[in-house]
Amino acid sequence: MKIAVTSMGRDLASAVDPRFGRAAYILIVDTDTKDCKVIDNTVNVSAFKGAGIQAATMIAEEGAEVLLTGYCGPNAFRILEAAGIKVGSDISGTVADVVVAFVEGKINYIETANAEGHW
Amino acid sequence: MIISVASGKGGTGKTTVATNMALSMEGGCTLLDCDVEEPNVHLFLHPVIERRETVTTFIPAVDDSRCTWCRKCADICRFRAIAVVGQKVLVFPELCHSCGGCQVICPEQAIGEGLRELGVVEWGEGAGVPVVQGRIRVGEAMAPPLIRKVRAAAKSDGTVIIDAPPGTSCPVIAAMRGVDFVLLVTEPTPFGLHDLELAVGAVRLLDIPCGLVINRADMGDDRVRQYARREQLPVLLEIPFDRRIAETYSRGRMIVEELPEWKEKFRDLFRRIEERVEAAPKGRTEQ
Repeated sequence: MKIAVTSMGRDLASAVDPRFGRAAYILIVDTDTKDCKVIDNTVNVSAFKGAGIQAATMIAEEGAEVLLTGYCGPNAFRILEAAGIKVGSDISGTVADVVVAFVEGKINYIETANAEGHW
Repeated sequence: MIISVASGKGGTGKTTVATNMALSMEGGCTLLDCDVEEPNVHLFLHPVIERRETVTTFIPAVDDSRCTWCRKCADICRFRAIAVVGQKVLVFPELCHSCGGCQVICPEQAIGEGLRELGVVEWGEGAGVPVVQGRIRVGEAMAPPLIRKVRAAAKSDGTVIIDAPPGTSCPVIAAMRGVDFVLLVTEPTPFGLHDLELAVGAVRLLDIPCGLVINRADMGDDRVRQYARREQLPVLLEIPFDRRIAETYSRGRMIVEELPEWKEKFRDLFRRIEERVEAAPKGRTEQ
């Protein structure tokens, strides 16, 4: 299964970026093969508006079924919900730790956005 | 003739100048409050509202039965107001700038006309002055189309005075574009000068003749006047930092009524603007 994790850096040892739409990178990790694809999110970091919408569309196109991040705003959440992507929130630590926590089922999923727009 | 009263910096006295000039006019005029995010002309002229119209703007309304999820609408939208995920199209009305690009590019004619309320335009009369004001809907971010509606509500003949919003962004441009004269109200402070320079830059881009009113003219320093001389900007009126004027304003009263000697000064201000408009070359940018 593919999961998306917001990240400060380009590899699994990087810290999780608590922001979703404006995260530095988004790593798409295959939990079976441990393959990791790096999405450079620079364009969205400085986007005027709609960063969350764009980031959510991107991970949906990558085929991610779960998003693990710190905070997710209402517009992004609407897209993730429409795409059937579950959102695990209040995530911290390294991306590698988070992937282990996911595999062990230790993630809390949210039913609504947990941040305001333009947070 | 249309005069836009603008400023750059907020709180310099745009509304004071616009309302007092409007009230002094011998030939009468229409006053437009185009500061739709916080209109305040009504605090001074107390217009009785006779008519109110809701202003709406286009947003896409997607017909799911025709959509093939080709994403062309999402790709063309630079504001991310429309997104396609799998076989779902999501519209984010508050992000839409109503360009209609999605509707034009859709090969299936699946995008129809939806509406978002921008605010209201209100017509009334206060202290004998016809007033038109715009009030933006709370939460709405897009002021320029509402401002254009307020401007379209003014009769084309006769004198029109526009109370513009502060700053130099899109709403201000909407309140200045195509007018005959921009009157910039400033104050002799570093902030006043800084924002005045930005405002003058915007007015020059629009190629509109302009002049200055220096409010609280006897405080601060001389740099605004030095700048005006350097840039050949006429100072058409100076208003001193006078306690009686401040008290009149803070009670919501009109300077030209409480301190009648000011009526002639505001008339003179208008005459000086008129002279400059008549002397200016014709054929500027249309609205």
